[in-house]
Amino acid sequence: MSVITAPAAAPTERPVSRLESLLRARELGIALAILLVFGLTTLNNHAFARVASIQQLLIGAALIALLGVGETLVIVTRNVDLSVGSIVGLSAYIVGDLFKYHHNMPVVLGFVVAIAVGAAIGAINGFVTTVARVPSLVVTLAMLYIVRGVDGLIVNGKTIDPGSIPKAFTAVGYRTLFGIPWLAIIVAVVVATAGYAMRSFRSSRDLYGIGSNPDAAVLAGIPAGRRVFTAFLISGSLAGLAGALFLALHAQIDVSGGTGYELAVVAAVVVGGVAIFGGSGTVLGAALGAVLLNTINQALVASRISAFWNGAIAGGLLLVAIAFDRWLSLRVARSLQSAEGAHRDL
Amino acid sequence: MTDQRSAPPVLVLDHATKRFGAVRALEDGSITLYPGEAHALLGENGAGKSTLVKILAGVYGADSGELLIGGEPVTFNGPGASRAAGVSIIYQEPTLFPDLSVAENIFMGRQPLGVGRRIDRAAMNRAATEIFARLGVQLDPSRVARGLSVADQQIVEIAKALSFNAQVLVMDEPTAALTTVEVGRLFEVIRTLRAQGAAVLFITHRIEEAFASCQRVTIMRDGSFVRTAPIEEVTVEDIIRSMVGRDLDALFPKTPAAPGEVVLDVEHLCRDGVFYDISFQVRRGEIVALAGLVGAGRTEVARAVFGIDRRTSGTVRVRGEALPNGKPLAAMNAGVALVPEDRRQQGLVMEMSIDQNVALASLRRLRRFGLIWRSRERELATTWATRLQLRFSRMGNTVSTLSGGNQQKVVLGKWLARNPSLLIIDEPTRGIDVGTKAEVHRLLDSLVVDGLAVLMISSELLEVLGMADRVIVLREGRIAADLTRAEADEDSIMRAATGQSPAAAA
Repeated sequence: MSVITAPAAAPTERPVSRLESLLRARELGIALAILLVFGLTTLNNHAFARVASIQQLLIGAALIALLGVGETLVIVTRNVDLSVGSIVGLSAYIVGDLFKYHHNMPVVLGFVVAIAVGAAIGAINGFVTTVARVPSLVVTLAMLYIVRGVDGLIVNGKTIDPGSIPKAFTAVGYRTLFGIPWLAIIVAVVVATAGYAMRSFRSSRDLYGIGSNPDAAVLAGIPAGRRVFTAFLISGSLAGLAGALFLALHAQIDVSGGTGYELAVVAAVVVGGVAIFGGSGTVLGAALGAVLLNTINQALVASRISAFWNGAIAGGLLLVAIAFDRWLSLRVARSLQSAEGAHRDL
Repeated sequence: MTDQRSAPPVLVLDHATKRFGAVRALEDGSITLYPGEAHALLGENGAGKSTLVKILAGVYGADSGELLIGGEPVTFNGPGASRAAGVSIIYQEPTLFPDLSVAENIFMGRQPLGVGRRIDRAAMNRAATEIFARLGVQLDPSRVARGLSVADQQIVEIAKALSFNAQVLVMDEPTAALTTVEVGRLFEVIRTLRAQGAAVLFITHRIEEAFASCQRVTIMRDGSFVRTAPIEEVTVEDIIRSMVGRDLDALFPKTPAAPGEVVLDVEHLCRDGVFYDISFQVRRGEIVALAGLVGAGRTEVARAVFGIDRRTSGTVRVRGEALPNGKPLAAMNAGVALVPEDRRQQGLVMEMSIDQNVALASLRRLRRFGLIWRSRERELATTWATRLQLRFSRMGNTVSTLSGGNQQKVVLGKWLARNPSLLIIDEPTRGIDVGTKAEVHRLLDSLVVDGLAVLMISSELLEVLGMADRVIVLREGRIAADLTRAEADEDSIMRAATGQSPAAAA
């Protein structure tokens, strides 16, 4: 057996791996951005660094971060789930309605029902996307309206008020452990679990493969349909869980609960470094993206800047994030090309 | 097969056939692979090589015929089954996951697991490094696949095949996108694989590569097996003859040309990295064919002439007037028309009606008060539909309802409506059934008789020989031969296209 070296591999190696390390540092960059926004705002308004204020920062980001976990799973496979906001609203109302008429229902059952509602809708999303091969953008957009419509029928103009919901349930929304809100702890556990799973299991690596190159995924024998279905199922279930947490947090719910969450989630996920065309990104990045957007939001309030700027800044960040990704991939493509050209001249 | 080898073959494909509707893609696919041997599969474009590969890959099921692996008959119901049987395919276009690491690309779906079914990354990277060492190459298993050169991507594909303990490696034109240095490295790797007892099936259209790296050669033509022979027993001559050896059995309606003044004059046209120093002329009343293998730069030359791609240097003159660089509109206004190879993507708007498609390139002329008048569109389209004998049910139907041949007529009509002096036509009859082919050829001939200058790109030797007044053969971006109709035959064209000079072959 002859041993030969690979001169062709060497020139492409360096620039790409440097860019790659930039990519890897994405989570770090967002964390730094959060600290920067937090620090600057605190200089301006010291109340921003109070425990209660920080608790509010965490609580405010928790639901979007939780939805971001499911959304990341879906977007990594080159799909999107726009139905999560409606699922939050429907599951929250159904649980609230149950508590209203069965006040002694166990608290755990409230969570189970919410997750089941979300899972059922997620299953429909996944089924239509993978079996009927309808683009998920269309499927989940339709589901956004359908679920909201069903929600409207069930709600029928009523509101669930705090008196109908057991204290033990709403406690989840306001209790803290060593000063950390339960809500944030629950979401952190989900993010950590999902983040670990996304790195460490074959089936979750399949998700990245499917989004990275769908044709190659088929050739590699990945059961793409089943995996994508599971991603939607999990996204729906987490949205159901988010619905229960929404109810626990606000202790009341009407027909508008969760409206517009889907876009906030997609924004957070993309700002968090999950490629909108699939294949890369982490759950942790998505969660940090949610924290960053929420921190900016509250920083504006604390700095007494008009809340109207909030949307504009979120949008601006989104553009920067996407432009950055695009720029990165162009850089990689160009460095590859010039390296190839150099070989040809040899 | 007359063979005295002691080792039994690892894979035998016997008389496999495959049809797609009315099209016979494979009439007789037969091949026998022995362990420790590299086997070249040669044939022209459309000879059925790719179909044969896809049957081995389990992508297609054969309609009839037998496939034996290790002497046992097998049927594959998918790519997975083929791989499980020890057959690994390396496609021309590597199928990697750009966002995942090199090691993960190799072991996708089979990553080494540690405690609790978790992926053991360290073990995975170690295993990848081990395979690279077996291949004698250096690649960092933990880097992402994005940005790897095509050659390195192929190495990753080969490593993947090895990780399956493949006994049979099929490489579909692996050298098409490689530089000379990289081809050399690939051959080293193939030698290493053979030494380890693998059977390698090497599909190529570069005959010299068969001689450089293979022990046995099989030649296919028109979807059928022609012959298999040990490489020492054949010459380049034999192979070329077997690849193209057929008569001009189809009649081409070719009127003897009476070339007039020069319409297109291309001088020293160059596009860095694609083609170099291309000079030729096309006269009024003649068809000049650009022949050559896929990837020789034929389409690219046409695109640069038309101004779709920018040229690095050189001049293009149409009827004495120089065309500006990279401006298709200027070329159109100078009287150049381009019928692209891919009708459905580039030649037509499939969802638009027949008359709208015909009128598409003449909208400026159809305008009145700045608006397009449907009646004028319809009128123009009707004129050309009659002249081109278009077969359609209603003008308002979308072009997607037409057959391939009639779609091509719509594209032709669109351009002819502009009354061009030069027609560039890329693969005029690709995907068109035999009956309509002759009709398109007749049409081209009558246009030329009427004084049109035609630059035709074709991969079909018969079409080139039957239609062209002159044949310019490109090889690797350069003109390899400029033949008159009398000089051009299957041998001379194939020789120039594959880079075999008559002296070297003799």
